[in-house]
Amino acid sequence: MANYVWPKFGTATVIGKRHDRVDGVAKATGTAKYAYDINPAGMIIARLLGSPHAHAKIKSIDLSPAKKVPGVVEAVALKKADDELLFQGEEIAVVAAESEAAAAEGVAAIKVEYEVLPHFVNDTDLAAAKAAGMTGKGGKNISLAKEPGDDDDEDEFTEKEINRLLKESAVVVEGEYGIHMITHMCLEPHGSTCEWKDGKLVAHLSTQNVSGTGPQFAGPLGITADDVTVHCDYIGGGFGSKFAADTWGVACAELSKKTGRPVKLMLDRDQELKIAGNRPSGFLKCRVGADKNGVITVWDSEQWGTAGAKPGVVSEKVVPYVYEPKNRRVISHTIKTNRGLVRAWRAPNHPQACAMSQTAIDDIAAKLGLNSLDVFKRNLVHVANGKAEVYAAQMDVAARLIGWNDKWHLHGKGPKKGSIVEGLGLAIHTWGGGGHTSKCTIRISPDGGVSSTLGSQDLGVGTRTAIAAVVAETFGLTIDDVQVNMGNSKYPASGPSGGSTTIGGVSESNRRGSLDALDKLLAVVAPKLGVTADQLEAKGGRIQVVGSPSKSLGWKEACSLLGMNAIEAQGEYVRGSKDAKTGADSKLSNSQVGGVQMAEVAVDLDTGVVKMKKFVAVQDVGTIIARKQAESQVYGSVIMGIAYALFEEQIMDQASGAFVNCEIADYKLPRLGDIGDIVVEMYEPESEYNRGVVGIGEPPVIAPGAAISNAVANAIGVRVSTLPMTPQRVLEALKGRKA
Amino acid sequence: MKSFEYSAPRDEAGVLSVLSAEAGHTEILAGGTDLIGLMKKFIVTPDRVVNIKEVRSLRGIDADSEGVTIGAVTNLDDILESPHLNEFPSVQQAIRNMSSPQLQAQGTIGGDLCQRPRCWFYRNGYGRLAAASLIADGDNRFHAIFGNEGAAKFVSASRLAPALVALGAEVRIIGPGSQDELFMPLASLFQTPRTEWQRETVLEPNQLLTHIRIPRQGAANGTYEVRHGEGPDYPLVAASAALRVESGIVRQAAIVLGQVAPTPWFSADAVRAIVGRPVTEVTADAAGEAAIATATPLSGNGYKVQLAKVAVKRAILSAAGLETGGF
Repeated sequence: MANYVWPKFGTATVIGKRHDRVDGVAKATGTAKYAYDINPAGMIIARLLGSPHAHAKIKSIDLSPAKKVPGVVEAVALKKADDELLFQGEEIAVVAAESEAAAAEGVAAIKVEYEVLPHFVNDTDLAAAKAAGMTGKGGKNISLAKEPGDDDDEDEFTEKEINRLLKESAVVVEGEYGIHMITHMCLEPHGSTCEWKDGKLVAHLSTQNVSGTGPQFAGPLGITADDVTVHCDYIGGGFGSKFAADTWGVACAELSKKTGRPVKLMLDRDQELKIAGNRPSGFLKCRVGADKNGVITVWDSEQWGTAGAKPGVVSEKVVPYVYEPKNRRVISHTIKTNRGLVRAWRAPNHPQACAMSQTAIDDIAAKLGLNSLDVFKRNLVHVANGKAEVYAAQMDVAARLIGWNDKWHLHGKGPKKGSIVEGLGLAIHTWGGGGHTSKCTIRISPDGGVSSTLGSQDLGVGTRTAIAAVVAETFGLTIDDVQVNMGNSKYPASGPSGGSTTIGGVSESNRRGSLDALDKLLAVVAPKLGVTADQLEAKGGRIQVVGSPSKSLGWKEACSLLGMNAIEAQGEYVRGSKDAKTGADSKLSNSQVGGVQMAEVAVDLDTGVVKMKKFVAVQDVGTIIARKQAESQVYGSVIMGIAYALFEEQIMDQASGAFVNCEIADYKLPRLGDIGDIVVEMYEPESEYNRGVVGIGEPPVIAPGAAISNAVANAIGVRVSTLPMTPQRVLEALKGRKA
Repeated sequence: MKSFEYSAPRDEAGVLSVLSAEAGHTEILAGGTDLIGLMKKFIVTPDRVVNIKEVRSLRGIDADSEGVTIGAVTNLDDILESPHLNEFPSVQQAIRNMSSPQLQAQGTIGGDLCQRPRCWFYRNGYGRLAAASLIADGDNRFHAIFGNEGAAKFVSASRLAPALVALGAEVRIIGPGSQDELFMPLASLFQTPRTEWQRETVLEPNQLLTHIRIPRQGAANGTYEVRHGEGPDYPLVAASAALRVESGIVRQAAIVLGQVAPTPWFSADAVRAIVGRPVTEVTADAAGEAAIATATPLSGNGYKVQLAKVAVKRAILSAAGLETGGF
């Protein structure tokens, strides 16, 4: 069995280098087909009817008017009389028709009688939620350095101890911080094109879970998962919201079965925003004590927020974020609202936790008149994830890249040019990112062709390119020599793309499979070169004797020795598994990364408009496989972070319960002109390379909210308590009102 | 979208012959950047759509010594690139601020003036005036701060109207009869609707806006929009100023705000504050202050009053070629 390791530091020729995406041309020219692009012959289009009300009961549904609309082929109800609708957009019925327009007209013709019920969509006001009976049990994260005595009541002791520590602190910051709910806003909405062939379902699904959604179709359709093929070559955004077949996916398959025709059902834009996922909001009120150097001595906070129509809240376990002082009390409350259901959003819990707590740390610096960077550094004594030294080193790198020492001024004390002031802020983050379970088949053909086949998916992050790099590295080839087959559930199963687990998982399976395949090839080539297999290596497109490159065969010639027998090797990795022989952790992948991010902003004091000047993201990442694509993850994350820091927000109208900005025109997002200069710096001493591969799809999206909020506070001298920091909120903060 | 008849006449008379007198029956299609979305959401459901982009006389820019005439279906990018508009930086600035190659290439000047309100209650099917109580009690952060006493609380969406009204532009309207032709100030085109069927312009359903004429009056002009970001989103507040300055003193002025009222909002108070004075940061600020004296913000849009003040100040400074001091 091969020794599953990466090439020694500094010797790799493909991994860690800069590669254009293997599918870049296909994407740029439109030959790459997304689920939305699949149009089988005879296909009809389905549209979904969603609830117009935030809370209602269905009295009756009549589909017959829809069926009378010219062009409508079939209509199916997803709800029945007496069913309760808990949020605007909740699925009620689907209509399939010969054209999109006819389907929409059919949907409009459906007669539904509703009993409108009182709604509650307010997630900012805990007292109002309590009064409305909409709060639920949250959790506690309490830790004290001092133990209660045997006779002490625990809660009372905690209360006394927290108050004592606050009283003894050199400074106490009392603050309120919040971050509104946002939606995933995938550019390609959720949906599928379904067709049946010989009694079996083929679902072209926009999914980040190719190998895992088959059973979700099979169950409700009364078939087995073997009778389902899920297919997804390309996907236009998921961010954690596309793991499921979803009710509308199953409905699409049912419509196809019923009509005997392929059916396409993609959500409309407003539906994409209303029902296809959101990120929970978070609001926090705290008292934080610190010593005169700004080091936290005690943290006391209460938080609330909503995850929509089912209970849920940002986890109190990650508050305060990364910095975990020994004396802390964090209490959370859930608020149930008539808003769409939560789905995982890039690094669940972390962006909110960071924005709600590392802002308070910056306010300590402001209150003490200290340099924020010093305060963030000193508080590294509270870091419990073992990365304190890495953060310290990353802070130095980030500070140099943004020019912190030259540009720093105390909060609100910078120069004013016209009505413009500028400021700096920082925040830090952490994430796991260990590889998921993954299988693949590596094939070497007698003609020299090489392929990897696996039921994974490329979320747009460059997974194909990364897999090609791993295989090419192992065989001494280039990425163009490798064919990567993915996006089909009939291929060897690979995990869903969530938790930044994909790159670790597919790198594991592909490196293992490729090394095993190479062993088989070397065994065939060795006699021809008159050596044993262990004396051979694959390098520069040749199989050669180690140390005497003149004794070699070109790759194709070597493969031709296989005769009629292609080599196939199965690469397999089970998440978290140890080496069978040694019991050691895998050397190929690892977990736990950190990063430091710094923002430089300019604020127009007269209009409240915030502009990004520069953003520096320093990220550790373990072994880098595909450098450009790894950097792209950071760029994309930072842009998404700027979005929720300054622009995007699900706006719920309190009076009507309507999600009023549920169109692209109203759902604000940053454009190229809004992101400023983004500097991505991979933190990669040799020790990082030797850790193995870690995913970074999520971590860089965590800190921008806090970093940008801190930069704005540094610029204007007051805290804009809630994200996104719209001109309205900035102006209200400047006026001293709660924004 | 509801099925509809489609007509693409080749001349003005042909257009008039297919326009219905009945409100809501016919919609006029130019660039389609607004209409198609409204139709897809069943906010407007015409029986007939009349495409006027095939009418040659409605396209193009002509200039003479007294003014510049722009056909209603002339694309915004063509206007931006025309040297005839160089003396109207306020118009160029408003187009540039759209920051959307698609909107600028596809959108037309007539379409910009006649686009429907962006009010999110209207766009989500709650009606335009019917939503008045929803707006008053609901989330009105982007709604009107002037002229909002009646049922109409949306804001006029046109990006070009503030600049064009301030420049004293006129419009040519034809119909309903094949010989009917009317010229009027652009300012008079806009109205605050009192019923759900009344539009935001005085155009009858069977009338057509054909041309916009900007007179050459030698006024220094400038537009300032307060924009949340650099993208194609609508500004939070806009203002445009046209100033006739003699010997360093403003002798005549027109100051028009956008995105603050159901129509472009002419500010006589701001004009009074600046006329007779030189343009300085102080006088411009005073004009901004005067402009907001009569503002009537709703429950959640008080911040727009501050933005209106700043927009007026900066539009005046920009018209005078001075630094605005902000972004």
